[in-house]
Amino acid sequence: MITVHSLTKKYGGFTAVDDVSFTAHPGRVTGFLGPNGAGKSTTMRIMVGLTDPGSGDARILGHRFADLPDPGREVGVLLDASAQHAGRTGREILTIAARTMGLPRTRVDAMLERVSLTPEEAGRRVRNYSLGMRQRLGIATALLGDPEVLILDEPANGLDPAGIRWMRDLLRGFADDGGTVLLSSHLLHEIEVIADDLVVIGNGRIVAHGTKDELLAGAGTLVRAAHGPTLAAALHADGITATATTGGAVLAEADLAHVGRVAFEAGIPLIELRPADGAGLEEMFLALTAESQRDSAIELEGAVA
Amino acid sequence: MTATTLDAVPAASARTRPTPAPIPFRRVLEVELRKMFDTRSGFWLMASIVIASAIATVVTVTLGDRGSLTFDSFAASVGSPMSIVLPIIGVLAVTSEWSQRTALTTFTLVPGRGRVILAKLVNVLMVGVVSMLIALGVGALGNLVNAAITGDDPVWDIAASTFAQIVLANELGMLLGFALGLLMRSSPAAIVGYFVVNLVLPGLSGALAASQEWWADNAGWFDINQTRFLLFDSTLTGQEWTQLAVTSLIWIGLPFAIGLRLVMRSEVK
Repeated sequence: MITVHSLTKKYGGFTAVDDVSFTAHPGRVTGFLGPNGAGKSTTMRIMVGLTDPGSGDARILGHRFADLPDPGREVGVLLDASAQHAGRTGREILTIAARTMGLPRTRVDAMLERVSLTPEEAGRRVRNYSLGMRQRLGIATALLGDPEVLILDEPANGLDPAGIRWMRDLLRGFADDGGTVLLSSHLLHEIEVIADDLVVIGNGRIVAHGTKDELLAGAGTLVRAAHGPTLAAALHADGITATATTGGAVLAEADLAHVGRVAFEAGIPLIELRPADGAGLEEMFLALTAESQRDSAIELEGAVA
Repeated sequence: MTATTLDAVPAASARTRPTPAPIPFRRVLEVELRKMFDTRSGFWLMASIVIASAIATVVTVTLGDRGSLTFDSFAASVGSPMSIVLPIIGVLAVTSEWSQRTALTTFTLVPGRGRVILAKLVNVLMVGVVSMLIALGVGALGNLVNAAITGDDPVWDIAASTFAQIVLANELGMLLGFALGLLMRSSPAAIVGYFVVNLVLPGLSGALAASQEWWADNAGWFDINQTRFLLFDSTLTGQEWTQLAVTSLIWIGLPFAIGLRLVMRSEVK
């Protein structure tokens, strides 16, 4: 259980985190979603005591992080997989963490196996690791102390699709065992496949939170024709709120049958007609974080994939 | 779009388990010591202590005037590489956490930053004493070998108190490096800083003393090198000990205090 209460962090005149409150529950994977620079990493650094909060507080299992007697045994943290001494081997990095927590050597081997790093790879120095391997090593470090809570910042960065699937299964299993998972991402697709609950942040402020199902409900219909705006106009004419997006796609706030009938009556051939699950979330994400958007194209790849 | 509070979500039964015991300081100490040796650069830095001692001893025996070599000659030649390597060990013990960004992991596993810094400090001082003992041993071996070559009795002319003074001088050098490391939290900056204090300032102080009589008389109260270098080869007077304490406070105590405060409060990224 992670409880964040009215967290605010200012740097000079700039407010990086603005009155952020949310709870990540045991048994659930909570996705922390927002564009780059929205305040996700700052919030996570405050949670684990690496950054002082300006005001408000963050508690993990009811305690401030600094008050945990042996934090690694209760909270697994991965903030930046590249923040490791390039000259240490993967195994040595795990060994150091295991020693700090007073864990037996066998635990290191078990974790290497859990994240599918071979003994040969574990013996290599981290400077020769790909980002994906560093992420796996970081996950291994986080899981080492058999924690109850996981806090992971962009853990899927650098993972290939199989790696993302592996991560999803791993986090699902962790949550199903009663663990609490908080993971951040700036990619919708990534978080959509993994998370149960969503906290969406933009410009340091929470813009939406709820279960994924709630946030996806009412997302409407995605309909695609050769020319999107024409289709959107036809839907508008029938009183349906519709927005043309890219590639002839239109996001319509009506059910499938209604949209299909309008298109048929307008004589517009459809290429695609389906519930707008991911696209709906994407629209929401884009709209909610529009001001803080640096490059909307980045977010598009998530939903298209 | 609906945004309801997450509190409505039924929580799965939380795992109940005992609170882990606090991390004992001994464990932090052991881990920090391991971290000084477990990289190639760290290992060779430590190994360079033994290697430099051995080279200095061999050079002294081969090139020195064997008839007049005493234990003190060996101590002097082994001591000079030591006085360069040891402070760098002091600097890197701290700064590598920031230069390599391992502080992120270190301080999430041990949130009490003061404990980590204390562990590093104890290890650095311990490494200093052990290195000096190794240097002493290598120097003694050189002295014996030299005596065997010349056929004379070896001359043991270093008193325990002299050795203790040399150890103190080197420990102060390490502390200075450590303090600058805390202050700068960057390996190159702190190492350059150390050599400025150690190699550039004496020249400036000397130049100032040549033109300023007041400085010539009172430099000992401000210039850490002047009193620290005395430790290597003379017996200090009561006033000189006081000067050593005062200059150490200014040059080591002050940057240490400021650096520690910065480390405790700064954001780790």
